[in-house]
Amino acid sequence: MEHHDTEHHSVGYGPYVIVWVALIGLTGLTVAVAGIDIGMWTVPLALAIATVKTVLVLMYFMHLKYEPFIFTAMIVMCIITFAIFLGLTFFDTLPRYNP
Amino acid sequence: MSSHASSHDAHEIHSDFEGAKIAMWLFLFTELLLFGGLFIVYAVYRSKFPAEFAAGSFALDRVLGVINTAVLLTSSLTVVLGIEALQRGKTLLAKWMVGLTVIAAGIFMVNKYFEWSHKFHLGLYPGGDGMLNLPEGMLRSGGEIMFYNLYYFMTGLHGVHVLVGMGLLIGVLYFMNKRPYKRGVTVADDASDEFKLANLNPRNVSKLENVGLYWHLVDVIWIFLFPLIYLI
Repeated sequence: MEHHDTEHHSVGYGPYVIVWVALIGLTGLTVAVAGIDIGMWTVPLALAIATVKTVLVLMYFMHLKYEPFIFTAMIVMCIITFAIFLGLTFFDTLPRYNP
Repeated sequence: MSSHASSHDAHEIHSDFEGAKIAMWLFLFTELLLFGGLFIVYAVYRSKFPAEFAAGSFALDRVLGVINTAVLLTSSLTVVLGIEALQRGKTLLAKWMVGLTVIAAGIFMVNKYFEWSHKFHLGLYPGGDGMLNLPEGMLRSGGEIMFYNLYYFMTGLHGVHVLVGMGLLIGVLYFMNKRPYKRGVTVADDASDEFKLANLNPRNVSKLENVGLYWHLVDVIWIFLFPLIYLI
């Protein structure tokens, strides 16, 4: 049982610290732009920054960058499932209910 | 692998780290869809009551939200540094990193406690005075009540996950301390059976890695909760 462990992608401590700095920076950015009035773009911009942060966490902290493709494929399928739920819900609620 | 393993049948430990990791990810997907349902509810009601939701999030304590975001991001860093340290055979550093992660989770929950108790004090909880009536005697709109309900439910469920994560990390610390480690021993100089058999060691970081994955998921959920609930 010598080679049972998954290949150790030793990348050192440095990249993780850099990713952390980027995550903190993006948090500052999202707080800063939340104070600016950009009308209908407020929500999409906040979600875009959150998505970038999530991709950083997934790729580096959760090691997706170093895992086999099957992991990424599974996550993409999960996201597509969620998007279908979200989309179909709006097909129902948007034309129907208004308070 | 096979030819070597056959000579060691008595000491064979069957472990499938890849399989364990895939199972962990499958579990994370169920978590994602659990929170996903709440995010869908949020999306639908935000599209119905945009002004009320914006007013609700402006009323929340943004500074505490930012502090908790920084705390959680930092804890994600410490847990991943712990994995890296353990893989390099630096078990003491790894223990410190996992310990720091537990402390960060504790700080997060203490902040949450102060935030929630302040809200309770103002009567801002489901069915509370502050929730049903504004100070001037005006009735809160349905949209605002919906916002606060989602605020409590989403951050509450997330808080439960932080507590569970804390428990798992403490469990990891237990496994790291279960077998006596020779301080400073690296993978290269110790290939004894006892070392291999230990629950959590540089040759078997699976437990820490999978708990780390869970912890990062908790972080990812907060990455979306924070702007949606506190900022916009």
